[in-house]
Amino acid sequence: MSEMFSKKNLKLITNPLGEDNPITVQVLGICSALAVTVKVEPAIVMAISVTAVLAFANVIISLLRNTIPSRIRIIVQLVVIAALVILVDQILKAYAYDVSKQLSVFVGLIITNCILMGRLEAFALGNKPWPSFLDGIGNGSGYALILVIVAVTREIFGSGSITLPGFGEMKLIPQAFYDMGYSNNGLMILPPMALIVVGIIIWVQRARNKELIES
Amino acid sequence: MKQTNTYIFIYASVMVIIVAAILSFTAEKLKPIQENNVKIEKIQNILSSVGIQSTKENAEEMFNKYIPESNRIVIGADGNVKEGQAAFDIDLKKELAKPENQRSLPLFVATLDNGENKAIVPLLGKGLWGPIWGYLAFNDDYNTIFGAVFDHKGETPGLGADINKEWFQKPFIGKTIFDGSQFVSIAVHKGGHGAAERAGDTKHGVDAISGGTITSKGLQAMLKDCLGNYVNYFNNHKK
Repeated sequence: MSEMFSKKNLKLITNPLGEDNPITVQVLGICSALAVTVKVEPAIVMAISVTAVLAFANVIISLLRNTIPSRIRIIVQLVVIAALVILVDQILKAYAYDVSKQLSVFVGLIITNCILMGRLEAFALGNKPWPSFLDGIGNGSGYALILVIVAVTREIFGSGSITLPGFGEMKLIPQAFYDMGYSNNGLMILPPMALIVVGIIIWVQRARNKELIES
Repeated sequence: MKQTNTYIFIYASVMVIIVAAILSFTAEKLKPIQENNVKIEKIQNILSSVGIQSTKENAEEMFNKYIPESNRIVIGADGNVKEGQAAFDIDLKKELAKPENQRSLPLFVATLDNGENKAIVPLLGKGLWGPIWGYLAFNDDYNTIFGAVFDHKGETPGLGADINKEWFQKPFIGKTIFDGSQFVSIAVHKGGHGAAERAGDTKHGVDAISGGTITSKGLQAMLKDCLGNYVNYFNNHKK
């Protein structure tokens, strides 16, 4: 057990949250981060979906890594990812219909999310299943972290509320503010603002951690 | 490791067969639940056009209570009732693709708690990015709008997507689709808040969504096209 959660293995989870974050440092998976972060609820569901797909795809590819013919390894990876994504999509349509409607095409687009191919190619093909699983969870969480930060920012300033799965929409900005002339920022709910928020996160992160700055 | 072409072919074939088996099994298993979700959503939309809010659990029960089977009728564009088809199961997309005189159009009549009858017309049209749809409920004069519900597949959030918001739907209430005996449908006026009023069209017009012009125009066309099919029936039954 102690070996399973050795320092080296734990790093697989903690690194992607900070200095090796898939979105802000590796700059992968930006597209969906822009699209599903208008409200917090779809962002959370998307993050869970990506994490699940990534962790399982990593494990499957890692288990198969010695049998996969290297000439068709990209195809094999895509088939595994696509199969898992379709499973997630079907399950969401059956058990979380409202959310699946909000996510619409973006669940399907997890297939093209660069984080998945990137981690399979860079990690799972050369590592054992358990570290691969942790790597998947870690990178999925790193993705989730940024997605939720962006979504919270955009929903508070764009719609004045927070929508959590199971709790529904909660108004954060009191009506009195609106009566005094406050108004929601319409730009916040448009895709460009997601890019700007991600940009600000990257800026803050690099300002605090000088090692991330390219020479 | 030896990786001959034969090995690669066998590997790929086996993998694809396994994946196909897993996916088709899951799809088959989940299909009834998914179809039920779509059905419940449709029921909830129909009910909310006459102001009845339902939950996922009681939607079907409420539907049977307010709009019993006998109140779900199918009409032709000539205004006559057609027998032998289930109104709820009609695929509006297919019907609208047919020539006008061959269409079978569903009409739902809800009897509210106060005994009033409201006729609910389903709508389907095109927005900017994909389909838009909705339900319009009419008073028994078949002219005055009692309630409106619209929804969309993927309109721009904050702009065209606002057709499913209350502030857009509410102004439809009380508007009329006939001017005298002339069918005029409902116009959607551009130009910001109060545009319909400035255009002097308070009876048959509502404000469009700023920044959602194509969705608004699509909605206007949807109203005209879909309601047009019911004009004969409405004329025959109007009080």
